Amino acid sequence: MTLTNEQVEHVALLARLGLSDEERERMREQLSSILDHIDQLRAADTSNVAPTAQVIPLAPALRDDVVAPSLTVEQVLANAPRTEGGFIKVRAILD
Amino acid sequence: MSSSTKTAPTSVAGTEYEAVIGLEVHAQLLTRSKMFCGCSAEYFAAPPNTHVCPVCLGLPGVLPTINRAAVEAATMTGLALGCAIAPVNKFDRKNYFYPDLPKGYQISQYDLPLALGGEITFTLAGVEHRAGITRVHMEEDTGKNMHASDPATGEGYSLVDLNRAGVPLMEIVGEPDLRSPQEAGAYLTAMRQILRYIGVSTGNMEEGAFRCDANVSLRPVGSAAFGAKVEIKNMNSFRAVERALAYEVERQRAILDAGGTIAQETRGWNEDQGRTLAQRTKEEANDYRYFPEPDLPPLTMDPAWVGAIGARMAELPATRRARFASQYGLREDDARTLTESRAVADYFEAALGDSATTERARLTANWILATLFARVSAETIGTSPLTPGRLRGLLDLLEGGKINRTVAQQVFDELFDSPDEDAAAIVARKGLGLVGDDGAIRGAVGQAIAANAQAVADFLGGKTAARGRLVGATMKALGGRADAALVNRILDEELAKGRRG
Repeated sequence: MTLTNEQVEHVALLARLGLSDEERERMREQLSSILDHIDQLRAADTSNVAPTAQVIPLAPALRDDVVAPSLTVEQVLANAPRTEGGFIKVRAILD
Repeated sequence: MSSSTKTAPTSVAGTEYEAVIGLEVHAQLLTRSKMFCGCSAEYFAAPPNTHVCPVCLGLPGVLPTINRAAVEAATMTGLALGCAIAPVNKFDRKNYFYPDLPKGYQISQYDLPLALGGEITFTLAGVEHRAGITRVHMEEDTGKNMHASDPATGEGYSLVDLNRAGVPLMEIVGEPDLRSPQEAGAYLTAMRQILRYIGVSTGNMEEGAFRCDANVSLRPVGSAAFGAKVEIKNMNSFRAVERALAYEVERQRAILDAGGTIAQETRGWNEDQGRTLAQRTKEEANDYRYFPEPDLPPLTMDPAWVGAIGARMAELPATRRARFASQYGLREDDARTLTESRAVADYFEAALGDSATTERARLTANWILATLFARVSAETIGTSPLTPGRLRGLLDLLEGGKINRTVAQQVFDELFDSPDEDAAAIVARKGLGLVGDDGAIRGAVGQAIAANAQAVADFLGGKTAARGRLVGATMKALGGRADAALVNRILDEELAKGRRG
């Protein structure tokens, strides 16, 4: 399966990645070969295999509904490039 | 890409269309802590970014742990809606970038949701309707954005508060079984009532704890195929939902009547303009690149656990309404009004106590609906100074013939104003006990007859209405406390004497 440039651009946009022409071509080849590999896997007969979301046979440990301390506002905002009045300040979101 | 098989019916004016509406409800689950971490879930009115930890901030290396109470609340919702609880369900990552989503993905449930295939009943204009429930799944809420602009430059920017990020949320997806905006409104009302009854959500739409998106399409009446559907968002009240749907149905009808086709798109309701507007297209479903959440193993639902959740679920409103009618002999509309809110239904049954005769039940219902509701609402009845026990005390005196209705009303007002005294104490203190003494009443009747010669003459002359003046005078002489039946009987006896004499 060979991906088109448009498909690579679309996936790059979803991942918010800007690709040069050369990178896009390299990604196109690599992603195409990964999809070929997936196609090989899809050829296997799995009609008698239960769908598997995870291979580790564990049940999740559930947590009691108890409030634990949060970070301080200063800690929460420590990595934010811009803040204002305890908020994280970002470019205008166009809804 | 929209599916090419779902083309809109093109037609000329005159074709009869019906609306096909399905609702998606998002409801916050009433838990103390967040879905996957121990931060407080009470974000409302909290200072910004004070309920945030490395897990809901999406810092590297952290692991989510599922809040058991959230699973139980969502499971209870599934059971209340008659869904099957999936023995195995799982969480998935829904990937997209937005400033209120610090991880870059939302943990949700995609192809193996918690609950599947239920039903809800609702009543509209006295007619009972049923609508299918497709699924109920769990997810986490996003943060909140505020919009501001620089006063100097006028440049707009946004402020992000992550207190809400990670608050437990469930999505309840309904089948496209609704045929009018009014049905959609009644469906939502019934849905919120159920969530409030079983205590899993505040259902508060204005605070954003209960939200609704709608899918709307039109098709020619009699057609089984669906038209191209439009998703409506940004409806922030029950009224907005009905208005937005009514607008959208007419918008689509006008396009179809003009021979046009409906574009499959997302539109936002603009409350001020009273119309829906096309929204910037976000990702399509396959653009979210859902994949199983690697940090959470699939969730297995032990049947014993599910059974226990069902066992402690409160009686549902429809069941309780039917029981109020059958067990207590209440009229249908009284049973409906009393069960609209669980707080009122609880109050009614507490006030009734063990005295559950039909007569007493109707008396209690009347006093709550006619008298108590003049003072309290469904929201305040739980904190009313007139507790159910004190109302029961009042009705005991009334039903037992210790006081009459007029006095009962007076004592009712006193009960509100002196919260420490019960009805019997008020009656004793104020000397309001019923005068049931034959002699005292006969004396007062005699005085009333003597002092109202004109009324007596009028009555004996055939003006039966004049009798009321004599009853009034007697009652007044006895401070309004006399047994009305006794007054009437004695008055008739005395008047009969006058007639003979």
